Amino acid sequence: MSHPRTQVCAELEAHLPDYIDGQAKESICRAIEEHLASCDNCRIVIDTIKKTISLYHDAPPEMVPDQVHQRLIKVLHLPDL
Amino acid sequence: MPISAIMAPMVDNDLSLVQAAQRGDKHAFAQLVKKYEQRVYNLARKMVRDPQDAEDVLQETFISVYRHLNDFQGDAAFATWLYRIATNASLMKLRARKDYAVSLDEPMEADDGENMMPREIVDWGITPEEALLNSEVRAQMDAAVEALPETMRAVFVLRDIEGLSVQETAEVLGISVPNVKTRLHRARMMLRENLSAYFKAHPFQKESAV
Repeated sequence: MSHPRTQVCAELEAHLPDYIDGQAKESICRAIEEHLASCDNCRIVIDTIKKTISLYHDAPPEMVPDQVHQRLIKVLHLPDL
Repeated sequence: MPISAIMAPMVDNDLSLVQAAQRGDKHAFAQLVKKYEQRVYNLARKMVRDPQDAEDVLQETFISVYRHLNDFQGDAAFATWLYRIATNASLMKLRARKDYAVSLDEPMEADDGENMMPREIVDWGITPEEALLNSEVRAQMDAAVEALPETMRAVFVLRDIEGLSVQETAEVLGISVPNVKTRLHRARMMLRENLSAYFKAHPFQKESAV
């Protein structure tokens, strides 16, 4: 599906990074939220950006395998604590 | 969470460990390695993906930290300095692999807004998180990060995966805060497009919910 962008969508997009990180001014937040109430596409884009960020943020880290840890301390000539 | 928030009570501790290590105390250096190896390894896996390359990055990072320990003056957080070394080691690994150089100072492509335009409008934002974190989705997420241009990837991994602040990310990469913000937004938009295309092809079905 293509995104039927209006002038308002384009203008508000410039403020998205700050809005998503909770850094946008109150007046900008209000303008974006008013727009989202009537623009499904922008709402979906913002929801899925937020979801993308939370998915990556919440994904469990890649754990260091024990052999990798052992080889690391060996190459550094360190005691295994 | 920013380094400053996580590390605030530990900064002094890091500094005293570094100072002890600078005097040749191997036990102190081993404590620093123990504390940070997980973070460095995770960063490396997200940056270079291949486990063997990530292990190389892990080793090269701590070897470099050890060799340059006396250059660390304590005017920045140890974690910021360590992340800088680990990020550089990851970028070096990528450049060696691809046989071409990408500089963090390279000019950004023209910001015509074209490639920032959302194309996939698929409403997967309400999908339950547990249904999104199966191994197939995680493989797709990793592949999407790997598809990002290197410098954008570094910004995204440091800020959104490792949880550094925008300011800390800028310090680690030696680029400006506005530059971090621009790259971060582009990275997020590209990842969103990638995942949206994936969820369009693999729609979530309630009956298969965990």
